[in-house]
Amino acid sequence: MSEKLPPEVAEAHWAKTRNLMWISLGIWAVFSFFIHMLVTVLNGVVIAGFPLGFYMAAQGSLIVFVVQIFWFAHRQNQIDEEFGVAED
Amino acid sequence: MSLSMKGDFTDNLGKIYGIYVGGFAAFVLLMALASMVGVPDRWILWAYMAATIGIYAFIGIMSRTAQVSEYYVAGRSVPAVYNGMATGADWMSGASFVGMAGTLFVLGYDGLAFVLGWTGGYVLVAVLLAPYLRKFGAYTVPDFLGTRYGGNAARLVGIIVLFACSFTYITAQVYASGIIASQFLGIDFGIAVFAGLAGILVCSMLGGMKAVTWTQVAQYIVLIVAYLLPAVWMSTVQTGVPLPQLMYGGALTQIAEYERILNVARTHVAPFQTYSPRDFFFLIFCLMVGTASLPHILMRFFTTPTVREARKSVGWSLFFIFLLYFTAPAYAAFSKFNLMGLFVNAEGYRLAFTAIPAWMLEWGSIAGHQLVTICGVKAESVMAIQAACEARGHVGGFPYSELRLNNDMIVLSTPSIAGMPIWVVGLVGAGGFAAALSTADGLLLAIANALSHDVYYKMIDPKADTKRRLLVAKILLVIVAIAAALLARTQPSDILSMVAWAFSIAAAGLFAPLVMGVWWKRTTNMGAILGMAAGFGVTMFYLVGNVYGMDLVPRSGDEISWFGVAAISSGIFGVPVAFIVTIVVSLVTPPPSPEMQDFVDRLRLPKGGNMMVQTH
Repeated sequence: MSEKLPPEVAEAHWAKTRNLMWISLGIWAVFSFFIHMLVTVLNGVVIAGFPLGFYMAAQGSLIVFVVQIFWFAHRQNQIDEEFGVAED
Repeated sequence: MSLSMKGDFTDNLGKIYGIYVGGFAAFVLLMALASMVGVPDRWILWAYMAATIGIYAFIGIMSRTAQVSEYYVAGRSVPAVYNGMATGADWMSGASFVGMAGTLFVLGYDGLAFVLGWTGGYVLVAVLLAPYLRKFGAYTVPDFLGTRYGGNAARLVGIIVLFACSFTYITAQVYASGIIASQFLGIDFGIAVFAGLAGILVCSMLGGMKAVTWTQVAQYIVLIVAYLLPAVWMSTVQTGVPLPQLMYGGALTQIAEYERILNVARTHVAPFQTYSPRDFFFLIFCLMVGTASLPHILMRFFTTPTVREARKSVGWSLFFIFLLYFTAPAYAAFSKFNLMGLFVNAEGYRLAFTAIPAWMLEWGSIAGHQLVTICGVKAESVMAIQAACEARGHVGGFPYSELRLNNDMIVLSTPSIAGMPIWVVGLVGAGGFAAALSTADGLLLAIANALSHDVYYKMIDPKADTKRRLLVAKILLVIVAIAAALLARTQPSDILSMVAWAFSIAAAGLFAPLVMGVWWKRTTNMGAILGMAAGFGVTMFYLVGNVYGMDLVPRSGDEISWFGVAAISSGIFGVPVAFIVTIVVSLVTPPPSPEMQDFVDRLRLPKGGNMMVQTH
């Protein structure tokens, strides 16, 4: 490491990163657990033959996970660039 | 091949894999033509095995290397998309390929715990671990633990956990590859295991991570085509639209209708008929956290050129895994619809003994397995089935409720059940074989690299030169592979059921120290070491105690059970214990040195290149 980042910049960068982490884990928890706790209710809704509760576990949550990771990668990169700590 | 490999290999990736995909498609077409002109089935199956192993060996030999960083982390030059494909192949084991759709077929909604559990963990990998481990620049997971937590004690505990979760897993992969090879080549299982072993070694021995990466990409392409083709086929035949993932809603509606007609009590889409809601969510939790802790998966993200690419690469990994996992429920629904249709269309909803399809008898009569059971007997001959069914009062035919299919046969048998030609059957076999080989390669490297890099180089002989280190790495790799093959050859049923445990073991032993090492600066060496040991210890204690009891004999009455939690979810105890012990011990021990705190600060910033400068 050539130059050392001022502590307050590193602190602010990490605060934003930590925030993003909690938001990501929140989305993850909703689509991993909470939404499937409502499966019986959701199964009352049927779209194109799919009961919604079944669909969420078989496909819906998976799509959210994939999109979520790309969104996270993009957001984190923005944060890194904002504080000038992204790779060159 | 006129292709110049001299230029930068990674610059030509698109071209190389483009040619590969074209060649593979041409080969499949050739097989289709061959089956039409009457080439014997057996030859076609052999051709699939020979051609795929041949191409893996070719890639393996082309990627041989004498450089340490290429051997351990593929020279950190794997672009995000390709690393995604390699991770997909690394991740999807023989069991995923062969058993996932079958599990969904049998369990219906409750089986989706596996679909969710084996995908959602990648969110944890992307957010909590991959970018930081990549920034650190280690060669192995224990390498990170050893550096962050002050030396060989942490390193050693990490190696023990790694070995405990990876070795049973690799044995099961070698076993799966042996089963597939013996079925498709018609050779004895004991010999087929060594065919699998050879397939694994040609990919990994000469080129380590570099060779494994590029063969895994090739294997991913084979396995995903082999998985999607039959599902697309069934969807096109039944609905006219070649998009099984969107069209199986219709099949689900039909299945519900058939369930009413056939009086099936366990409906396909209703939740919590096998698992209680608590078991269902515990299982999802353990599989997800386990995913984020398995060393053979984490080390794939050491191979990207940058931290940024490591994050994106997790997204691509999950995308490529998603392609298979969101197809599996469609596969299951179409297969189930086909099968139930046989009974619904039969007179009195009983399948006449004279109308038993040939595939039931073919798969039913495979020695040593109970793949098809009718009226409680192995489906070997019409006479045996008829006798058993008549004893149960079913005259003339048997109802749907008397048919039992083993989970593991659904994918491999679906092409023949749905009447697809032999070239599709061979393709599916090659796909299953690719899935087992690619996972075995990843696991083999994870184990052998921990032994050669962490135990030999870091703990025994830190002065060893490059040549010697690589030699030791390659020898250990062969030894571990042969040990796994010898163990697989004994067909150890216990080992196979232990695979599901790997997730709980990894989650309990490794998740807390890895996450806390990055996210909580205050984590001390003693805290992490005791946390790892406690999490791992509690989970192992519960696993062994729950399955075998203290006398180590299963079902002898002394098995323990805490709140009725299943062995497969035992990580539910270990993970919180590991976190609590880590935090409490860290708080009562002096904080880490300023140098270590500074180290963690640098870990958190992508800028500045690898932290760990590896000596060559």
